[in-house]
Amino acid sequence: MAETEAIAARLARSLQVGDVVTVSGELGSGKTTFVRGACRALGIEVPVTSPTFTVGHRYAGNPDVSHLDLFRFQGFSPAEWGDVEPYFADAICFVEWPEAAAHALPPVRVALRLSHVDREHRLIKVESDDRQLLAEVSGDADARV
Amino acid sequence: MEGSDQRAGRLILGIETSCDETAAAVVTQDGQILSNVVSSQAELHAPFGGVVPEVASRRHLELVVPVLREALAEEDSDLEDLDAVAVTQGPGLVGALLVGLSAAKAVAWANGLPLVPVNHLHGHVASLYLQPEPVEPPFLCLLASGGHTLLIDVPEHGAFRVLGTTLDDAAGEAFDKGARLLGLGYPGGAAIDRLAGEGDPDAYDFPVARVPGLDFSFSGLKTALLYAVRDLSEAELDRRRTDLAASYQRAIVRALVAQAHEAAEQTGAPRIAVVGGVAANSELRAALPEAAFAPLPLCTDNAAMIASAARYAEAVPCPSYLALDAYASG
Repeated sequence: MAETEAIAARLARSLQVGDVVTVSGELGSGKTTFVRGACRALGIEVPVTSPTFTVGHRYAGNPDVSHLDLFRFQGFSPAEWGDVEPYFADAICFVEWPEAAAHALPPVRVALRLSHVDREHRLIKVESDDRQLLAEVSGDADARV
Repeated sequence: MEGSDQRAGRLILGIETSCDETAAAVVTQDGQILSNVVSSQAELHAPFGGVVPEVASRRHLELVVPVLREALAEEDSDLEDLDAVAVTQGPGLVGALLVGLSAAKAVAWANGLPLVPVNHLHGHVASLYLQPEPVEPPFLCLLASGGHTLLIDVPEHGAFRVLGTTLDDAAGEAFDKGARLLGLGYPGGAAIDRLAGEGDPDAYDFPVARVPGLDFSFSGLKTALLYAVRDLSEAELDRRRTDLAASYQRAIVRALVAQAHEAAEQTGAPRIAVVGGVAANSELRAALPEAAFAPLPLCTDNAAMIASAARYAEAVPCPSYLALDAYASG
């Protein structure tokens, strides 16, 4: 868990306003833990909790950080885009369960996929077109372009 | 003007659209509920009554006018009888909140009424202040729902000091995701509650996360259930499902009860009050026999609680509220 947060912190340092980071993985794979680690590195100090029910949190900071969760969305029409658009404006935006929105999201800078190895370990795959970012994040994670 | 209607000028119209429910209610200044319409429960005179919750403001947009009409018609309330319009300003889904906020601004502005912006969480606490059996502060409030789990010190009406919160998943979310892992339907809280009654709560030793202070953590419990389910074959899972549900529910309830008692002791609050969707859970009710629980229809999101909170909050005069914006968090 501490390691997940540490990797997230390394990623966070490479992010800037307008970046979209998708975080995929099944229940309990550490998605919210990852986003919490990134938020801490970005200076957000309030509790970073799961946004499954409220769909989104937006944390004020420098810059603002948004945390979306599309777990409950079954499709993603322009109306749904209208619901979440304010979270992308002038913020770094993390999106859990992005699959519902498929290609309707703004361009994604980094795509993460978390999976269970065993009770104590998770595998984090990081995809991005930005090789420098991957090099900074990778450390002990399995980095792929 | 006195005379024709004793209620004239003494009513608050409440509007709530922070999450799944489109809701409107009319409440008197002394806390009587005259009408309380929630979209998922109402038989609306419109082609979309009784539906599965759907995320998105589009749905609120379709429902907000019929729900408002129903709330006003149920008690023959005219717009002229209104004293103020109360509306949830946040926290919640911004697009959804804006539908309610815009409707509230329109009704208030068109009738020259003040508008009272209400924090949704204060609304849940104020569900306790409604008739016929209002709960009077001071008390320690446990607010447990799908989106939030908080311990709140409430020394007086309108006061709200957060003592603890979940650090990851909300209690209601833990119920829902647990139900999903167990292959149960929606809403998950009710499904687990029902199944748990037939199972052995001591069958599995699920961890009750110990976190410092008065906070909560339910994420590890969810993961523990995931691994317990993974270790079982489908036939075994069918056989053990009631035990898993009972043990899982016991772990959630234990955490809620332990922290609520601790918080009440620290603040010296004379009693504990429980609000939010999880307040409907039967094991939680049994585990806190001395506590005051919000009435069942007011546990889940509704607008009567928003109107109730407005009785103790500051109104924004017409037309300065037109500039109010919704907020997602906080």
